[in-house]
Amino acid sequence: MEKQNDAVKGRPIVRYHKIAKVFGDQQVLTDIDLDIFPGEKVALIGPSGSGKTTLGRLLVTLERPTSGTIEVNGELLWHKSVNGQLLPADEKHLRRVRGQIGLVFQQFNLFPHMSILQNVMEAPVHVLGMSKGEAKEQATAMLNKVGLGHKLESYPRQLSGGQQQRVAIARALVMRPKVMVFDEVTSALDPEMVGEVLAVLKEIAAEGNMTMLLITHEMAFAREVADRVIFMDGKIVEQGSPNDIFVNPQNPRTNAFLSRFRQA
Amino acid sequence: MQPPFDILPALLRGVWVTLELTFAAACLAFVISFVVGFGRMSKHLPLKILAAAYTEFFRGTSLLVQLFWVYFVLPLLHVNLTALQSGILILGLHFGAYGSEVVRSAMMAIAVGQTEAGIVLNMKRSQIRWRIILPQAFMIMIPTFGNNLIELLKATALVSLITLKDLMFQGTMIQNTTMRTTETFGLVLMIYFCLAYPLTLGVRWIERRITVGRA
Ligand SMILES: Nc1ncnc2c1ncn2[C@@H]1O[C@H](COP(=O)(O)OP(=O)(O)OP(=O)(O)O)[C@@H](O)[C@H]1O
Ligand SMILES: [Mg+2]
Repeated sequence: MEKQNDAVKGRPIVRYHKIAKVFGDQQVLTDIDLDIFPGEKVALIGPSGSGKTTLGRLLVTLERPTSGTIEVNGELLWHKSVNGQLLPADEKHLRRVRGQIGLVFQQFNLFPHMSILQNVMEAPVHVLGMSKGEAKEQATAMLNKVGLGHKLESYPRQLSGGQQQRVAIARALVMRPKVMVFDEVTSALDPEMVGEVLAVLKEIAAEGNMTMLLITHEMAFAREVADRVIFMDGKIVEQGSPNDIFVNPQNPRTNAFLSRFRQA
Repeated sequence: MQPPFDILPALLRGVWVTLELTFAAACLAFVISFVVGFGRMSKHLPLKILAAAYTEFFRGTSLLVQLFWVYFVLPLLHVNLTALQSGILILGLHFGAYGSEVVRSAMMAIAVGQTEAGIVLNMKRSQIRWRIILPQAFMIMIPTFGNNLIELLKATALVSLITLKDLMFQGTMIQNTTMRTTETFGLVLMIYFCLAYPLTLGVRWIERRITVGRA
């Protein structure tokens, strides 16, 4: 783990800078500074309502920061520079920068009116402009990879939760993002299906080059896969290697949070 | 033919007009439903207000008065439409207003997660609307559209009052000349039912198909 950590440094692929997010009169995120490096696996843990989902959604423009900036691969997400002047980003700019990020939701959000294959082909054809033949090939390969090559013509409602979530992962991966956000992708699943989805995530992680932001309550999984673990509660409370956080947390709040999982 | 069926041929001539009117008005209403329904969801404020005003106006005033306006008042302003044109126009506009609500509420009933999934896949807003939301919303619209179609069919009887020779008009004429009131309007009633009931069955059949598909 330690040597991997050194290998991935360099220019961050994602940079949150002084990010704050307010919903109504509730400040959900405060002063978030976070650099994520290419290929790095970052696990984000924290109590319910601590702003983990919000942090992930900011990166795919599902939420807009109240203040602060987000950079993806050296480029500002919410601003574009025109003749050295920073202007609010337009839809075209957002789409270009956002194209490097993929996100998998807790609730899958598959398209119910499309077959599994169509779900995975949709964006390659209509966003990347890939030919149907090429898209079908890549979608099929990706579905094979998540173990669903035999379900191409099924519809989402015909699959189990674990299978649906694996389709959602394939649908995101087929777009070849540089960074993937996984927002508690096993939390909506029956316990017996958690394993099959985590196995897919571990496989993606093992390939090495994908940058992953893993929001999770699965502490054993985070410990196994992550290069770095961040404990947050509206702000970043503590971060470090899995060992630092899980074995030897410095902050009493981290310790209190983790003790709930140790008992379980 | 034996009475009361001797008056049937005359009534059936009216059925043809009723069907023609229903079909043409339904097509117009269908198009208006989407144009106005999408208008109401537009980000463009004037468009939104215009679409909302349209819906409220046509839902908030009587269909019969609207018909009279187009057929009797517009000619005074030198706009002359035939009875059939007036009937199609007003029924189309009127049921289009109801249809726009159907379109809007069905589109809004689709979970926000669907839109978000589209955004995360970097789809354009228009692609999300047409490829993700609309196909799902359309399934929700079909039964209500079907019921509106039945309402439209029945509402066409009003056009007899602007001299259009539909089923109701023929019935009234026969009643006037023969004074066989019970037979005539009894048959008229049955014919309307025979036209509407297959539609009802059709809507139910589609509804079942959809729920089976979704389950
Ligand atoms: N669109 C919104 N409008 C208003 N409040 C919101 C919105 N989205 C999130 N919140 C609030 O922001 C806070 C943080 O939410 P968030 O979903 O980011 O937490 P989380 O850490 O992901 O929690 P969980 O572990 O339960 O998923 C919560 O109090 C939530 O109610
Ligand atoms: Mg969350």
